[in-house]
Order: sequence, then structure tokens, then C-alpha cells
Amino acid sequence: MKEELEELNNDFPAARFNRRSLIAAATATAALALFRPGNAQVNTNLLITDPTKIQGPLPGKLGSRSRYENPEKKTSDTSSRTPLQDLYGMITPSDLHFERHHGGVPDIDPENYELLIHGMVEKPMVFTLKDLKRFPSVSRIAFIECSGNFRTGKETMTAQEICGLTSQSEWTGVMLSTIFREVGIKPGATWFLAEGSDAAVMTRSIPVRKGLEDGMIAYGQNGEALRPQQGYPARLFLPGWEGNTNVKWIRRIELSDQPFMTREETSKYTEQIKDGKVRQFSFDMDARSIITSPSYPGSVEKGWLEISGLAWSGRGKIERVEVSTDAGKSWHSASLQQPVLDKAHVRFRYLYKWNGDETEIMSRAVDTTGYTQPTLKQLIDARGKDMGGYHLNPVTAWVLKKDGRVLFKPENWRG
Amino acid sequence: MRVNTDLKKIASLLIFLLISVLISSCSTSPDQGEEQGGGNLPESFAFGRIATKQEIDSIDIDIMPDGHGLPPGSGGVATGDSLFALKCVSCHSGSGPYAKLIGAFGDTVKAKTIGNYWPYATTVFDYIRRTMPFNAPGSLTDDEVYSLTAYLLFKNRIIDSITVLNSSNLATIEMPAKKLFVNDDRKGGKEVR
Ligand code: HEC
Repeated sequence: MKEELEELNNDFPAARFNRRSLIAAATATAALALFRPGNAQVNTNLLITDPTKIQGPLPGKLGSRSRYENPEKKTSDTSSRTPLQDLYGMITPSDLHFERHHGGVPDIDPENYELLIHGMVEKPMVFTLKDLKRFPSVSRIAFIECSGNFRTGKETMTAQEICGLTSQSEWTGVMLSTIFREVGIKPGATWFLAEGSDAAVMTRSIPVRKGLEDGMIAYGQNGEALRPQQGYPARLFLPGWEGNTNVKWIRRIELSDQPFMTREETSKYTEQIKDGKVRQFSFDMDARSIITSPSYPGSVEKGWLEISGLAWSGRGKIERVEVSTDAGKSWHSASLQQPVLDKAHVRFRYLYKWNGDETEIMSRAVDTTGYTQPTLKQLIDARGKDMGGYHLNPVTAWVLKKDGRVLFKPENWRG
Repeated sequence: MRVNTDLKKIASLLIFLLISVLISSCSTSPDQGEEQGGGNLPESFAFGRIATKQEIDSIDIDIMPDGHGLPPGSGGVATGDSLFALKCVSCHSGSGPYAKLIGAFGDTVKAKTIGNYWPYATTVFDYIRRTMPFNAPGSLTDDEVYSLTAYLLFKNRIIDSITVLNSSNLATIEMPAKKLFVNDDRKGGKEVR
């Protein structure tokens, strides 16, 4: 306390009180400010609760959101979704990053954390968290999206409900190529198993090629340690690949010459396509976009409005985003917020003067492979009516109603 | 015009240089900097330690589709039946909240089941031992897991009621849904598939 006061006195000479008297004084002044007599004339809104007459709270150990802002994830038994409609820019605040796990969030003491790498390697090895952090580190901004990220059904759905299982962070960690080099991968090793230490002991088989290309063991998220919900203290991070392959709380990597055929790559995370076939190992997340503003439950007014949203592709960069304000009849290029990063959410914006007539607005993303985000109908035509629920990335439309309401335009395909 | 042609030559040389610099910088480092340690990467950092065999064995629990990793032990349908009634049915019965596990290949069952969807029998063993029952994950003995696997394969009409499963016969079971599976071969580009 003494030290703290001295510090305060040094750079803030007015603070010749202790904390308590400061706050008491502030409260008294506030009361005075509110009941000051003789203010007959009504002033600007800014003076209704005039903050210039009250000493605010002192600097704190942790920042907090404004008490007027309450963005929240939307939870179910199996996931919680990012409130895309409440966010700006391209980074997802860590506490709003979506969650999807199969056995809850484990509590792992970083002192006891170890990563075992074995199988077809020259040297089977164990790395502590400290070891992992001693290796050269890399940071990369990219999204992670669950491949089950599509809901539809009713007009009153938010962007969060439709596709809130995607979030973006800056991830920091050690490249898998660095670790693989350390253990020495045997020739012929083409797959590795990634295993988590949650109650699901989550496992996925990953081609070694991807690990070497841009796989990472991440321990940092947006400048601090990973959140427990995102895999604390360390997770696999595979840019652009379906969320489930980014195994959280990773405890073991086993190199092999074949996939392991775990439940999450057979019974789950596979999708029915035409002719009764089931597509397996659909790793890449296809290009997608969604307008997050305006969107339900927001509303619009006649005149100029900025249409804004997110676009991303797991196969490369977003080349362009096109916006339609006439239900898909004509399309216009939106502007992309720089930097446009590889396998990352990018913010797009388009200025539109709404004349007050009912219309539909929508966006579609085009990535650097030339892929254009499809409509739901195109997906059904390509995969059949019985198509599975994974890897659905359809164009999402919002209806602007005459009275200014913005409603989702649901399209159902399962009779 | 001599001067002009020289200028042209110089200009085209400059453009060539510029392009080659651009190409090489694109191919060596994507925009999020992958070059590490200023190119000073040693053969080995000597961080971490060699894993012992006991260490590996203690958590190397996965079962491969060829049966590699299956533990000793065995189990049959009758034992599996009573174990299922005791430890699983509350969640996985017809009216239970979670996955329907039973529905033979070709039946009209709409849900994806072990019988109509799972391509490998080894996955049933691996998954149950790994994480079921949901409320007591990893609590089953290997014999119990063999029994439950036998029961579920029997109910899905894949094995008969007298088969006893063990490490040598589980991986030889052909799952009917296996023939449905194809690898994703999409590469981006114009086509929607
Ligand atoms: C408390 C409820 C509960 C109990 C008891 C339970 N399970 Fe489960 N089971 C679940 C849940 C929940 C899932 C899905 C987990 C997930 O999200 O991945 C599941 C998934 C499964 C699956 C995979 C289904 C699929 O289609 O992919 C199998 C197989 C299974 N359980 C077998 C068993 C067996 C065998 C037992 C008894 C030993 C058992 N379960 C007991 C809740 C339960």
C-alpha cells in the first residue's frame, strides 16, 4: 500500500489522499454535480450524467468491458457461439472465442503439462511447456471454424446463431516442423495422430504434409496464454482446417504410415454426398462470408448505411467479396480492410443507400483459388438432398423490411 | 535513338530484377513470417527429453484399423448385454438423449449408427475405451470394452451371438458401411462439390 501511494504521488500530485478518501470525495462531488441548482436551461445529452464532474475509478489490475456492453457467447450443451453481430474488425476477443468440445474443459496445471511425440520417429520425446516455449516461436493471425458451423430454420436468427462457430485470434507457438525436425520423422511416416487430454481424449489423424506446411503447437492467443476453453496450455493449430482437427489440450502425437480412423473422422466430421457416398477427411474450410451489420436483431433507417461483415477461406486469401442489395440480381465489389491475410477473417464493407423498399442483402466470398461461395441450392445440387450437415458455407441473406426490421432469410432443405 | 534503346534495356533489366525479387520473396516467406531465428536453425536444440517405453505405453491407447494396439483380453455378447443395460442404456436407449447406436445396414433407421455408418470395428473399441461411459470416462476394463463392442456389433447384425472378440479377430471384421467412404479430393477452384 505504501509503495503504491508513493508511486501515485510521484506521477499524480493531486492524489495526496489514500484510496478511500479519494473515492469518498469523488462521490460527494458527484452528488453536488447532479443536484447543482439554477441549471434552468436543458443541455446536451453529454451533461445528463456529466462525467466531467466525477473522479473516475483509479487504475486497475485488469481492464473490463464498459458496463454498457454485454457481448456474450450463446451456449448449448455442446458449444458456445461467438456474437459476430457485436464485433468490429477481424479479431475475436479471447473470451468470446467459440467453444466446441466433446468432454468439457479440462483443468491442466502447466507445471505438469507434457507433450509426447512417438511412433515413426527417430527419437520419441517428451516436451514440457517450458521446452515448447524455448523453441523459436511464430505468431499468426488466422481463423478457426467448426465444420458444423451452419444453422437455419427461422427468420429471427442472429449471425451468431447461423454461423457463430468461427473466431479469429493471433496464435503464438512453435511450428510443428521445428518439433518434427527435433524428433526426426522416419521416411514413410505420412500421418500423425493428435490426442487431447480432455475427458473425450479427442483424437484426429492429420497428414504429416499439413504439419510440415504450417502446423503449430500454440500456447499463446491474442498476446497472452491460451484460454482454457481454447486448449490451455497447448493446442494443435492447423490454419484453415476444420476446427475439430485443431486438437486442444494436446498431450500426444503419434507418427504413422496410415490414418488411425478415430471416431471423430468416421462417425463424425464426415459428410454424406451423392450416390450414398460419405466424404472423409474434408479438412479445408471453404470460402465463406456473412453480413454481420445490418443483421437480426438490428434495424435500419432510410438513407446511407454501411453493410459490413466477415469473409474467410481455409484455402488461401480472400480475393474479393461481392455484395448484392437486390436479392442476388446484381453484385458489387465490397472494400476489404487491410491487411488481407491468408486463411484469416477479413472485414468487408459496402456503402448502400436504402430507399425504404423491402429488399434482400447478401454477400459472397471469392478466394484465391477462384472458388466462389455457393448458395444453399448449389450445395444441394452438388451433394444431394441427403447431404450431411458438415462443411456447409452457403450465401446468407438478410431481408430489410419496410419498417426497418432486419430478418434472416432461412432456406430449408430437410423436408 | 541509341540512348533510348539503352534506357529500354536498363528499364527491362530493372523490371526483371524487380519481378525476380518479388517472386523469390513470395515463395520463401508468406506474409506472416515463417523464417525463423534469422536462418540460424541448429541441427538440434536439445530441448526436451527422450521418452521411455513405459511412459509411451502408459498413454498410447489408440487402436489402429489393422488392430495394432488392441490389448490382451476378450469379451462376448451376453456379458456385453448386461453391461450395456447397467452402464449405457440410460443414455443410449431408444428414448435416451444421446446417439442411437443400433441400426443394421440397410434398415430404415434414419440415425447414423455403428451398423449403417461406422467403417471400422476397431473404432468402436477405441472410442468406448477412450471416453465412455460419458459420466465415468475411461473407467471400463479391457474385457468390458471387448464385451460391449461384441454386444453392439451383434445388435447391429455384424457378428453372431456366440462370437467372442479379442485382439486377433476384432480387426478382421468387415464393416458394411466401409464401402461408402471416399476421400475428399476437392482442391478449391471454380467447382462446387
Ligand atoms: C451419461 C450419458 C452416457 C452414458 C451413460 C453413456 N454414453 Fe455413450 N455417449 C454419450 C454422449 C453425450 C455421446 C456423444 C459425445 C460427443 O459429443 O462426442 C456418446 C457417444 C457414444 C458413442 C459414439 C456414438 C456415435 O454415433 O458416434 C458410443 C459408441 C457410445 N457413446 C457408447 C457408449 C457405451 C458403450 C456406454 C456404456 C459403457 C455409453 N456410451 C454410456 C453419453 C453417454
